Parts: sequence; C-alpha cells; structure tokens
Amino acid sequence: MEKTMYAKFPKMQAINRRGFVQKLREYKKHPFSLLTYLLVCIAALLTVGVLLSLIVYVLVRGIPALDLEMFSLEYTSDNQSMLPAIINTLTVVIVTLLFAVPIGVFSAIYMTEYAKRGSKLVKLVRMTTETLSGIPSIVYGLFGAIFFNGVLGWGYSLLSGVCTLAIMILPVIMRTTEESLIAVPDTFREGSFGLGAGRLRTVFKIVLPSAAPGILSGIILSIGSIIGEAAALIYTAGTVTGIAESVMDPGRTLAIHMYAQTNEGWYEEQAFATAVVLLAFSLLMNALSGLLVKKLGNKEMK
Amino acid sequence: MKSNIKENVMHGVFLIAACVSIFAVAMICIFLFTSGIPAMFKAGIFDNFLFSGEWHPLNDEFGILPMILGSIYITAGAILIGVPIGILCASFLAKFCPNWLYKILKPAINLLAGIPSIVYGFFGVTVIVPIIRDLFGGSGKSILTASILLGIMILPTIISTTESAMRAVPTTYYEGALALGATHERAVFKTIMPAAKSGILAGVVLGIGRAIGETMAVVMVAGNKTTFATSIFDGIRTMTSNIVLEMGYAQDLHREVLIATGVALFVFILMINVSFNLLKERGSRAEKRSRKKIAANSKE
Repeated sequence: MEKTMYAKFPKMQAINRRGFVQKLREYKKHPFSLLTYLLVCIAALLTVGVLLSLIVYVLVRGIPALDLEMFSLEYTSDNQSMLPAIINTLTVVIVTLLFAVPIGVFSAIYMTEYAKRGSKLVKLVRMTTETLSGIPSIVYGLFGAIFFNGVLGWGYSLLSGVCTLAIMILPVIMRTTEESLIAVPDTFREGSFGLGAGRLRTVFKIVLPSAAPGILSGIILSIGSIIGEAAALIYTAGTVTGIAESVMDPGRTLAIHMYAQTNEGWYEEQAFATAVVLLAFSLLMNALSGLLVKKLGNKEMK
Repeated sequence: MKSNIKENVMHGVFLIAACVSIFAVAMICIFLFTSGIPAMFKAGIFDNFLFSGEWHPLNDEFGILPMILGSIYITAGAILIGVPIGILCASFLAKFCPNWLYKILKPAINLLAGIPSIVYGFFGVTVIVPIIRDLFGGSGKSILTASILLGIMILPTIISTTESAMRAVPTTYYEGALALGATHERAVFKTIMPAAKSGILAGVVLGIGRAIGETMAVVMVAGNKTTFATSIFDGIRTMTSNIVLEMGYAQDLHREVLIATGVALFVFILMINVSFNLLKERGSRAEKRSRKKIAANSKE
C-alpha cells in the first residue's frame, strides 16, 4: 500500500523528510530523543566495529603466519599442515550435500507442491524441522557418537560425521527451498498444467528452475555452516590428522584442526593462519549467497 | 499410463523425503533418552546428578548443578549484553539508516552470522581474555568474558528477527505518531517497538537457544571450573563444555552421565522451542487482530 501511494504522489515522501536545521531544533526541544538517537547510532557502530576488529585482527595476525609448509600433503607436528584438513573438509562438504540436498529439496517439494492445505503431516514435519533447527550442534554430535559410531558400528569415520551434519543442515535446506518454491507465482504452474504437463513435469521443468537461485543460496549458506562446524564432528569424524582415504576413515576437518591447535596451546601462530583460511571460506560463501539473492531480487523486479 | 506410474513413484519418494525429518527427531530422542536416562538413575538422579555440586567422575560423583547454573548465568549475561545492542542496532537498520548505508550494513550483519564459532572463540581467547585479565585480574577466563563473547555471537540472530518484526509494522502507526507531534525517535520507540514486541521477543528466545547451545567458543573462554561460581569474574563450566571436554576419554558410567548431561541440555532446548512457538503463535494472532481492526476502521 505504502509503495503505491508514494508512486502515485512522489512528493508524499518529502513530508517525512526533515532538514538538518529542523532536526537540530527538534532535538533541542526533546533532549531525550537526541539521547535515543545517539544510543541507536552507538549500537550500530559497536556491532560493525566488533565485526571489523575481528576480521582485521585475524587477518593482520594470520596472514604473516601463513607459509607454504602449511600446505604440504603430509601433516607433521612441525609443519602443522592444514592441507589434509582442507581436503577432508571438502570431502565432508560434498558427501553431506549429496545426502542432505536431495532429501531437503524433495521434502520441500512435497510440502509445497503435493501436500493438501492444512494437512496434519505437513504440520508435523514443520514442527520437527523447527525442533531440528533448535538442537545445539553438540547434541547432534552426541547422537552421532551414540548412533552412527556405536549402534551402527562405523567407529570414528567421515561417514558418521557426514550423516550427523546431513541431519543438522536438513532444516536449513528445507526452509530455504520451501520459501523459494512458494515465491514461484502460481500462474507458472497453471500455465504448465494448461499446456498438458503433469505435476511431476511441472515441478522439475517449471517450478524448480525458477526457484533455483534461492535454493542455491540456501545450499551455500549450509556449506558455510558445515565448514565452520566443530562440535558435531569432534566425536563423530574424529581428530586424526591425515587425509581420509575413504569415507570410513576418520579425519579432522579445518574447524577441528583449529580447535586442536588452540587446545594444545603452543601453536597460536599456526591457529591464526588456520583462522584466516576459515574466515576466507566463510567470507566467500557469504558473498556468493548474497550475490545469488541479489540476482533473485533483480529477476523479480523485471 | 506409464507416466502415471512415474508420477505415483515420485509422489512416494517426495513423501518419504518429507518424513525423514520426523524420523530423525524420533531417532535423536530415542537414542539420547535411552542412553541418558538410565544413567541418571544409576548415578542417583537428584542427590548425585541434578542437585549436587560435586563433579568428581573418578569417585562416581556426578553433580551437574554448577554446569546447569553455568549455562544459565552465561546465557543471561549474553542476553543482557546482546539484546539491548541488538535491538538498538536493528532499529537503526530498519528506521534510521539511509539506503546506501543499509546496502553495506545488511551484508555485514549476515557475515557476523556466518563466521564460525571456533573463530569467535579464538578471537575471545586472544583479544577479550587478555583485556578482562588486565582490567579485573585473575585468569581472564570468566563468566563475564563468555557473556561478552556470546553477546556478540547472538547479535545477528536478534538483529535480523527484530528488524523484520519492525518492518512488518504498518507505516500508518509511525505516521500517526508523527502527525501527533512525536519526534522520529519517539515514534519508533513508542509505537513501532510495542507493535513489534512479540516478534522481538521471539528473536530473544531464539538468541537464548543459540547461547545455551554454543559449545566451542564457550569452552575456550569460560574457564571450565566445575565448582560453583561466586562472582562474574569466576571461571565456570557449562553443560555443553562439560560434554566436549570429557567425552574424549570418558568410560562406562562417566560416558553415560555425559550423555545424560546432553539430555538435560536437550530438555532445556525443547522448553525454549515450545516457548518460541507459543510466542510466535501469539504474535501472529495479535497481528491478525490488529489488521482486522484497521480494516474495520478504514471501512467506516
């Protein structure tokens, strides 16, 4: 409503706009408002300041600590190489996505395209995904250690870490997919049905492609959380330093590598270097998902 | 006919996929509870687990009361620090900042949410801990340190929920307040904020959930003492850090008791979830009511 009104009467917006002198006069009369305004600005500055200082501090101390030895294939306690951990992280990310993305996307398809309105099952699924997204990662780790490592007998292995993480990111993928499926206009579906396409064809040829950027941005966000996850992996995938040759082998990811380095106490410089790499990954993932969301927004504008 | 079969099969596949999350929650509950609850009774649920302050696993003493209190203290501290800053910052984003600045700030807040908790923890150890040590003495690893760090970590959660709650309030509220002679600040904090109250509260509850479940960052800065804390400069251990610190070498009953600690944590989280849902429901009901009222008024 607001937008259309402003579009009709462009000058309407100017009513709420005040010049600097006017503001100053107002604040003189209402010192409490000035105080509130200052507090709000301080809070915003503080938030941005914390973020900037964290990033700058890690980069300033970490980049000089990086050296080529840290990227050698073999880990020794001397070179503190993080390459094995990086390779393990990539394996974990890929296999976790292989499990979680189909399940997450399919269940979102069921919830939006197939289920009847107000179905009991949908309510139950929604409730359970909300529960899942509230469970702390250490509880996932405990469950993984009990079930995948113990009951199924996989022991410390990338596979048990992967399965634990797949459950953990499932709600994120489901929610983002559902949101982007709902955002696809119904006219698309009606057009497809009208041309004689079945429900399945409509979903895969019409609805999914138009929802793809949104789904992708959700997937990228969950890649970020997989890379940064340590609590759920430490007792499922283990802390072994080498490259895992199969998914049944144990192996540490980058986040666990960093935890181990800080825990042991005398590798602070190397931990800074690992932090730089971790931070770079999360910056990259954030930028990518932001770009996708922006692309989605532009498309909608057209 | 053939395509009909395909349709039905895929319908089944989608249905099964939708049931996976139900299955996962059921499995998590079953396995946690069946391994945790017997251990609670074996150790003595009230006198040697929930309400005991003595944690000496080697002597079969498993009192987790200090850790439960530790989780509560640190979460409360994080809320005290994070919520005011978060709400103020959200109102800056929603109602104060110019458009060009918003385009920079919003991604920055998203980034704050994307930084791994282990990096936060490391930042806490190398920056916040020395500052606290210099200012107040002691080791620097304390309730206060952990509260500050967690307060920072829950900021993005609180900011994004508060911001969207404030943006959902109809602009007529704001304009009405301005027309009555209120300043911009007064209009924002006296009309928009109360109208967005339930959304903001839901964000705070979400933040509580995140703070109480945080593990890696807390382990690094909270000091991990198993005794009762006497001041905010004391070190303390939370339920999450108790699990992560001792699970690596725990055996038999000790291991089961750690799982039981996880169960206690899980119960806390479930309670938080239920209150979150209640708040959200109440919020959407209140919103509907006010929408109806506005619609009725505008008809007249």
